[in-house]
Amino acid sequence: MIGSPFVLKEHNSVRFTMIKVMAALIPGTLAHAWFFGPGIWVSLIWCGLLGIGFEAMSLVVRGRPLQPALTDGSVLLTAWLLALSVPTLAPWWLYMTGMFFAVVVAKQLYGGLGQNLFNPAMVGYAALIISFPVYMTQWAAPAALANYLPNLSDAFDLVFSGASITPDAYTSATVLDSLKTATRGGHTIMDTFSQPIYGLIAGKGMELVAMMYLFGGLFLIANRLITWHIPVAFLTAIALTAGALWQIDPIHHADPLFHLLAGGAMLGAFFIATDPVTASTTPRGKLIFAGLAGVLTVIIRTYGGFPDGVAFSILILNSAAPLIDAFTQPRVFGHTKGGKAGQ
Amino acid sequence: MSGEVYPIPGGLHPAEHKAESNARPIVVAPLTERYLVPLRQHLGQPARVLVQAGDTVLKGQMIGAPDGRISAAVHAPTSGRVLAVEDRPVAHPSGLPDRCVVIESDGRDAAIEMRPIDWRDLAPGELSKRLANMGLAGQGGAVFPSHVKLALGGTPIETLILNGAECEPWITCDDRLMRERATAIMQGTEIMRHALGARRILVGIEDNKPEAALAMQAACQQLNLAAEVSVVPTRYPSGGAKQLTQLLTGLETPSGKISTDIGIQVFNVATAYALHRAVALGEPMLTRVVTVTGHVAQPCNIEARLGTAIEDLIRLAGGDLDDVTGHIIGGPMMGFDLDDTAAPLVKSVNCVIAKDRALFPAHPPAMPCTRCGQCALACPASLQPFELYWHAKAKNFDKARAYQLFDCIECGCCSHVCPSHIPLVDYYRFGKSEIAAADRAKQAAESARQRHEFQLLRQQREKAEKAERLGKKASERLEAGAVAADDPGAERKKALLQAAIERAKQAKEAVQPKNTVSLTPEQQRQIDAIEARRQATAQDSEPQT
Repeated sequence: MIGSPFVLKEHNSVRFTMIKVMAALIPGTLAHAWFFGPGIWVSLIWCGLLGIGFEAMSLVVRGRPLQPALTDGSVLLTAWLLALSVPTLAPWWLYMTGMFFAVVVAKQLYGGLGQNLFNPAMVGYAALIISFPVYMTQWAAPAALANYLPNLSDAFDLVFSGASITPDAYTSATVLDSLKTATRGGHTIMDTFSQPIYGLIAGKGMELVAMMYLFGGLFLIANRLITWHIPVAFLTAIALTAGALWQIDPIHHADPLFHLLAGGAMLGAFFIATDPVTASTTPRGKLIFAGLAGVLTVIIRTYGGFPDGVAFSILILNSAAPLIDAFTQPRVFGHTKGGKAGQ
Repeated sequence: MSGEVYPIPGGLHPAEHKAESNARPIVVAPLTERYLVPLRQHLGQPARVLVQAGDTVLKGQMIGAPDGRISAAVHAPTSGRVLAVEDRPVAHPSGLPDRCVVIESDGRDAAIEMRPIDWRDLAPGELSKRLANMGLAGQGGAVFPSHVKLALGGTPIETLILNGAECEPWITCDDRLMRERATAIMQGTEIMRHALGARRILVGIEDNKPEAALAMQAACQQLNLAAEVSVVPTRYPSGGAKQLTQLLTGLETPSGKISTDIGIQVFNVATAYALHRAVALGEPMLTRVVTVTGHVAQPCNIEARLGTAIEDLIRLAGGDLDDVTGHIIGGPMMGFDLDDTAAPLVKSVNCVIAKDRALFPAHPPAMPCTRCGQCALACPASLQPFELYWHAKAKNFDKARAYQLFDCIECGCCSHVCPSHIPLVDYYRFGKSEIAAADRAKQAAESARQRHEFQLLRQQREKAEKAERLGKKASERLEAGAVAADDPGAERKKALLQAAIERAKQAKEAVQPKNTVSLTPEQQRQIDAIEARRQATAQDSEPQT
């Protein structure tokens, strides 16, 4: 151990990185609370507590020190992303199941921070949408449409003691559900657009939350926490794939802008596909990784069994990331061409 | 006058800390009582010692001669008596002591006769020969013997680059030298160009040293020397030879080669200055300028004789302040910890930094790598440092090599920016040394195998020759015996001889390597298995068509 370099960059740590990413989620979360009521705070805090609990439990079982892993902020970021991906006002055990899969199965069983192959929040989400599809489609209705907007204490009661009022009063299908139902039923896209859930471009309220995610994502790029490659490739691929389908058959397909602002596209582009542990890391690899994920997202949305395809496409590409990296190694200084170092 | 600057990958801009030491003029260290001159101050073979305890020496007298092609001489820094030639602590990353000549000063500082070299009339090769005993070695850090670099042969040198980038934080010795002695530096550069036959001279200086750049430009004008002084952005590691080459010429030095392979030779400004002194004054390399900075009372640059104890240098800089936690030799990015301040100043030491907790806080504990890629953005060699770390840590050295571990220049950029505070460079040093050790072991095994096979062959040949000799002797005797045919014992003798010939013949046919005579069952099994495999592969490799 020679010890050099003796100076390290200041204000630079895993924890600080996680805090900055969570800060970038604040605008989107505030917009979410504004349009869909304060229920998001209940699920956010509940997921956070569950995350710390599951993480601590796993660390004890694995015989690892608690302090470094619990204070690095990574589990809170996972909790935050899951809380934003799962409908608010769902029963408490739904979040618990999701966080169990995210933290225990996807992260700690693989060896903890940095070792997981799949994005933990998306594993949690996928486990939930496969196991409990009904709960996962009952999203809180936007304030403008809801007959009844639960306040904070109502939200707490709804999550922890079950609904005393029928969910229909405060939930609705998302615009992607509506699109799926419409196109499955052979209706035209205009059916979706005439639904009250449809806003200006995509889902009412949700389209503006997505804009806030975009805003937070630009903050991440400006702070060099992520590079432009993944968001740009992901969103471009969504727009091009959706655009191609829309060009071919505009009656049954939504326009590209709709796809960009509906569902988890923006959150996925800036906060989930960019998870460095599970994404490709080389510049060309990032473009391929995110580009394929974008194409797959639209294909799943259009032809698949689930309303949104962001989680599945990212998980599928997570498994391909090591291979993509191996074939896209950048040219090393003084070498004539990029090698295939992974082979 | 100012040349073009090309972009280079990676790099970073750590806090400069140049102002602490670059304001004061260079301080000349006074004569001290004792000097410690290590015989290994340069790359290559250590110098061969020429003195022994009790000898008297003069300033500038060669006390260690270059040993082999890549080696440099060492000289007595002042006149006095040799007290000992023994192992003493030196400034080296390993912390191991090394052979030093201990000289006690007699206070007279009497020098040998120093004769200037009339370089303009000398052919390049001849100049290099005349410089061979001057002890010149690159002062940028690699301390490669300069006279070798001036006469490498091979690719003709088109461009001479003078490295005044001084990109490491804290270090200002080249800055001060350029400000104060630019003319001498450029005179040395002119000699270099003559020796190399270079067509153009490029000087690279970081833009945080405007005074130095101006002084160098003025010196070029004064000497009427056509050199392009380029101001490059302050971005570590711009002073790396390959980095500066690309900054100034746009050319990438191919992996595994050096800049001379593409017709470029790079020298540090301080080396040019030392060359000027060697040629114009006939003075071998006896001094260098060193920055003493950090947590000391009066950070400054000191021109000191090689062999001066580092603790004396610290004293000249006002001494350590309270709570000094140690000393760095070199810069904070690539330097190393000094174990003992009694170690002497040597040709490679450009900086001594006194550490304290505020300037150099302890590294936080390492966290797991998240593959965030900050290291890859900072890497000047365009490597994927997190992959190298991953494989080096797993001792998966073939993979680490495949990811071009050996293109790593150990600049420390990756460790500096790592949010997980992983000592990445330590892992690369570990990986490189493990691979080198494995390669050496492999080579040793290979040459042992060749020696063994040759031995078997020789034994076989000798046995065969002996059998032949014996056989010949026996047949000669047989002929002699035929004369005395009436001898009653002759028949029996003849039969005996015939039997001996037969035995010799058999022995000749069935020579066996000695070591396969008495095999254990285990060895026999192994041999059989190898034989079976060999036959199997022989069958496999038969033509397919």
